[in-house]
Amino acid sequence: MSTILAKKPSMLTDVPMHYCPGCGHGIVHRLIGETLDELKLSDRAIGVAPVGCAVFADSYFACDCVQGAHGRGPAIATGIKRSKPQAIVFSYQGDGDLASIGMAEIVHAAVRSENITVIFINNAIYGMTGGQMAPTTLVGQVATTAPKGRDPKLQGWPINMCEMLAQITGSKFLARGAVDNPQNVLKTKQYLKKAFENQANGVGFSMVEVISQCPTNWHANVEQALEFVRTKMMPQYPLGVFKDEGAK
Amino acid sequence: MTQKTLRKGNEALAEGAIRAGVRFFAGYPITPQNEVPEYMSAHIADAGGAFVQAESEVAAINMVYGAAATGTRSMTSSSSPGVSLKQEGITYLASADLPCLIVNVMRGGPGLGSISGAQGDYFQATRGGGNGDYHVIVLAPNSVEELGNFPKLAFDLAEKYRMPAMILADGILGQMMESMAFNFDPVDPNKLGKFDWAVDIHKNGRGKRNVFSYKGDNLIADVVDRAKRYGLVEETEQRFEERNCEDADVILVAYGLSSRACLEAVNHAKEQGLKVGLFRPITLWPFPSKRLAQLTDKAKGILVVEQSLGQLVQDVKLAVGDKTPVGLNAYPAGGQPDGAQILTAARSLLSGGKEGLFSLQEHAKGFTYDCRRDLALGVQGDNKGANK
Amino acid sequence: MYQGIRIAGFGGQGVVSAGILLAQAGVENKLNASWLPSYGPEMRGGTANCSVVVSDGEVYTPIVSAPQTVIVMNEPSLPKFEPMLKKGGLLILNSSLINSRPTRTDIKTVCVPCNEIAQKLGMDRIANLVALGAFVKLTGAVTLESVADAMKKVYKRAKPEMLELNKKALKAGFDAVE
Repeated sequence: MSTILAKKPSMLTDVPMHYCPGCGHGIVHRLIGETLDELKLSDRAIGVAPVGCAVFADSYFACDCVQGAHGRGPAIATGIKRSKPQAIVFSYQGDGDLASIGMAEIVHAAVRSENITVIFINNAIYGMTGGQMAPTTLVGQVATTAPKGRDPKLQGWPINMCEMLAQITGSKFLARGAVDNPQNVLKTKQYLKKAFENQANGVGFSMVEVISQCPTNWHANVEQALEFVRTKMMPQYPLGVFKDEGAK
Repeated sequence: MTQKTLRKGNEALAEGAIRAGVRFFAGYPITPQNEVPEYMSAHIADAGGAFVQAESEVAAINMVYGAAATGTRSMTSSSSPGVSLKQEGITYLASADLPCLIVNVMRGGPGLGSISGAQGDYFQATRGGGNGDYHVIVLAPNSVEELGNFPKLAFDLAEKYRMPAMILADGILGQMMESMAFNFDPVDPNKLGKFDWAVDIHKNGRGKRNVFSYKGDNLIADVVDRAKRYGLVEETEQRFEERNCEDADVILVAYGLSSRACLEAVNHAKEQGLKVGLFRPITLWPFPSKRLAQLTDKAKGILVVEQSLGQLVQDVKLAVGDKTPVGLNAYPAGGQPDGAQILTAARSLLSGGKEGLFSLQEHAKGFTYDCRRDLALGVQGDNKGANK
Repeated sequence: MYQGIRIAGFGGQGVVSAGILLAQAGVENKLNASWLPSYGPEMRGGTANCSVVVSDGEVYTPIVSAPQTVIVMNEPSLPKFEPMLKKGGLLILNSSLINSRPTRTDIKTVCVPCNEIAQKLGMDRIANLVALGAFVKLTGAVTLESVADAMKKVYKRAKPEMLELNKKALKAGFDAVE
């Protein structure tokens, strides 16, 4: 007799993912799939894919998906959710998408406490366009548009989205996880579970930020990238729950 | 005859949209269309729909993108500068083949312009406006009654051809009141069938659906394929109204509010022994060029009347070719067309005169202009120390 | 019958609402009607005004640039709107507030002391309805009853006493002219 110990979540398709070796996106995709399967919400899910490295996310999630304009995920998710209130709607976004061009959309989705779930991948760089400075790029971090490293005098400081959105009454759950080791992966999954449960229970706006590694644009190998996450990213972006309201 | 009621244009439009089955509206305040979101916020929930006052025009059109992706009849409305902001979403909607309704209650431009009614967005509406090769169906009402009835027509066409539709009105149509009646029975969107492309929950065994606009390697095939629908729309959906065109010496061509002033001109022309007709495009895209080309065989001149600097006239010239002289009577940036001035221009066109006729060449005759930098005012770099 | 009307006065004199009332009365008479408030750049210059058309055929343009009738309620409106009137047109002039008289001789002018009549009824601000009553009598474009019916729809929140007073003002204006 044999027992299945692990399998691909029903929420993921068989389409091979295009992400670079060592990238965190694939892990987070899988966590979303597992979480929705475990919460038995997969057959109600509708996903919103961003512009950025995850532009093809609509092919990887097995639910119906909408891919939209750069930064507008929360607005698109709003339109879907208000039209299909029974749907479990999630917007999957990167740092340029969410914290730069889509700043108004994410802030006001939180202000309205849209009953949606946002997954925010923060890797401190523009990946798809080839390594330009992101709003979350660290001070001193080199990017193709910050060749001497991010200089606060010229480019300001990195932005901490969880901390910022926590000031908004409408945000109900805000947490920051990472996918650099198994413990953090499991913790991130718990955050995702909470964020999706909130939506199912009508609690309101929930967002999980995930610190992710980008070996390609950080010009690092996987080990160095993970080290960068722990020693450089986490001091600027501490992990944990920043807001948890409406929980039973 | 149905008893007519007196309604404000913007309110007739909003009520007409709800009656046409619109159940999602997102918008951002801008004059002169504020009665549309105001009416929606008061009434769409009673019809089982949702209203969102969005944080921006960009967000509003993207909310419509999301709602339209579910097959919900969805719309946004705005006025010229706001519609400029919406162009991002409109090109995505076109690329993702999503039916929806965008309303532009035009005001004076360019830029912030003024809040007067105007028709300066003809190019933006009919030429695309956003990036890439695409069209939206553009309907131009000229009365409060048409404002109320066109949302239904817009969705009939938008859904049939899977493309966005736009109602191009203007501030005066939006702000005026007029006796009107709805010409259709209210649509119950819950009883409409589903689309085989819309995203939904509970897939019940069907394959997954994606609504997207990134086509990558498939882009050429996608754009070329969609163009077949555009061709079909151009072939079958040209709409227009004509008055006294068959034996007219001068045919006026005007849409929207301008066409109302033309009606006055047509009426007075009779009193003055002039044979003037009116050809009114109702669809601006597709432009009703087939019928216009037929009509111009007998006319001695075509006079385009528009509240812009020469936009509509380009489509008219494309339709008419060299067969008949085409003149322009223009009221740009919020100017209001007037029956008497239109007739003056019509007479000029017949007699070879100039009064009332506009062309950039004539307008700039003898004009010189030479803007220069002036060192006497200082040098551009004199405050460089203040830069970072 | 085709009546293009301009009604003009100070903001607060009720010229805009008198216009809506007239358009609604047109609808009550099964006529086509349009109303357009002063709008855009025209809003400047100290006067409010609106365009109304009532017609037994179609309404051409809602912008009345050559009106058959002009109702002027204050002094600054007279020089602004008198020149617009069609030849042979009708000028209803609120003689309570306007000392000047029109210079044109190709129009018909009827002076009505709208504010004095309204004050006798106990409320200055219904002078607009006095003027409207005079308009009804002079043009016959709509019936007096239809304006009274229109009031119920236009002044939805008005108390019955107020509607009664409004009707009196209308009738007083009607009776004030030949």
